[in-house]
Amino acid sequence: MKRIRFWGTRGSLPVSLTAVGVRRKLVTALRGASGRVFNSDGEIDAYLDSLGMAVAGTYGGHSPCVELETGGSEYVLCDLGSGLRPFGQAAIARHGPSSPQTYHIFVSHVHWDHIMGLPFFTPAYIPGNRVHFYGCHPWLEAALRRQQENPSFPVDFSYLRANIEFTVLMPGKGYDIAGMNVTAKLQRHAGDSYGYRFESNGKSVVYTTDSEHKLADPAETEGIVEFFRRADVVIFDAMYSLAEATTVKADWGHSSNVVGVELCQLAEVGHLCLFHHEPANDDEAISRILEETRRLEEITRTRAPMHISAAYDGMEIEL
Amino acid sequence: MLFSSRQFVDVIVAAPVGRINHSSAGELEGALAPLLEQTPSGKGGLVLDFAAVDYISSVGLRILMVAAKQMRARGARIAVAALQPVVAEIFAISRFDSVLEVFPSVRDAVAKLSPAALASFDAK
Repeated sequence: MKRIRFWGTRGSLPVSLTAVGVRRKLVTALRGASGRVFNSDGEIDAYLDSLGMAVAGTYGGHSPCVELETGGSEYVLCDLGSGLRPFGQAAIARHGPSSPQTYHIFVSHVHWDHIMGLPFFTPAYIPGNRVHFYGCHPWLEAALRRQQENPSFPVDFSYLRANIEFTVLMPGKGYDIAGMNVTAKLQRHAGDSYGYRFESNGKSVVYTTDSEHKLADPAETEGIVEFFRRADVVIFDAMYSLAEATTVKADWGHSSNVVGVELCQLAEVGHLCLFHHEPANDDEAISRILEETRRLEEITRTRAPMHISAAYDGMEIEL
Repeated sequence: MLFSSRQFVDVIVAAPVGRINHSSAGELEGALAPLLEQTPSGKGGLVLDFAAVDYISSVGLRILMVAAKQMRARGARIAVAALQPVVAEIFAISRFDSVLEVFPSVRDAVAKLSPAALASFDAK
């Protein structure tokens, strides 16, 4: 694996910046620039970089879709949330519409935010392309077909003219797919979800979203730690605060930044990437959570520092 | 895990010592269980003196939340007091400082839970 590219990072529901939100960022940036003189684009870039994501960027709003760039010619994706649409457009722009491509898509579960991008995934409509879905739910194919049935969507699944394939995976079993070793793990979520561990060329990435880690059962915790063990990157569902996940949102099937730090510290992970952001959290809130998570890692650290990031649409992680 | 407790009228002050992590949280849970039963219903409560606690993990925080629910069901309260700076940060980052009653000192917590207990606390 060479890199991870995020096309959708928001949980539950896509969101977008509002005009009020953009204006607030501009006001903050302009106020900070008052009296400054910028003599080059480089100085402007440096100033914008100093403002951070809360002011000069946005974490974005597409629902989950993550690309693993393997170094091979075939595409590998995790989940087909609304981020699948811009991914598909980028793939077509890169290769042209008449150059057949292969897409391997691993599905954590079939809740709507994780499958809603498929009806807008143009490569699936183009004959010659190959789209191969993998998941552990036996109803994966039925769920994808159902969301395009009348009256929910005007274009039936049968209009997807690519070569569409489905493979149901067995949790705990290793598979060789697209040059990687892939293992799935059952996770605590309504209707079940599955995390995936990808390994190739000495690199490992764990994609674990929509998973509530209560850590109440030591054996269960140890199983999760082993699944994460020394991964280069863990993409982790940190949707709620620990207090929320323990009280009003207990059993809603999501985890927190605090539990992410604990599990990744136990597993000696290199990079914890906060993912599946709560739609109610704006850029300031996510930036604050990121800083707090880094601080938590720092004050509870017992080994080498762990890198911590908050995923945003368009972010890339080099492996 | 070392654990001591004292009673002041209708308030029990309990003081765990050390790190409350995945391996020691069960001991905290076991030590708290009888105190939750001993706390009078409908008044007073339990104050956890955290002055000697230097770390608490998510499992420990969950145990506190379960204890708080049990206490609320009995009409009593639970409070945490005298957090060390690192533990105070963990409470803030986890947002547990917004779902549990947290006080700067044990005396402040006792005073909030029961004036009658405060007199006893000050007398000792």
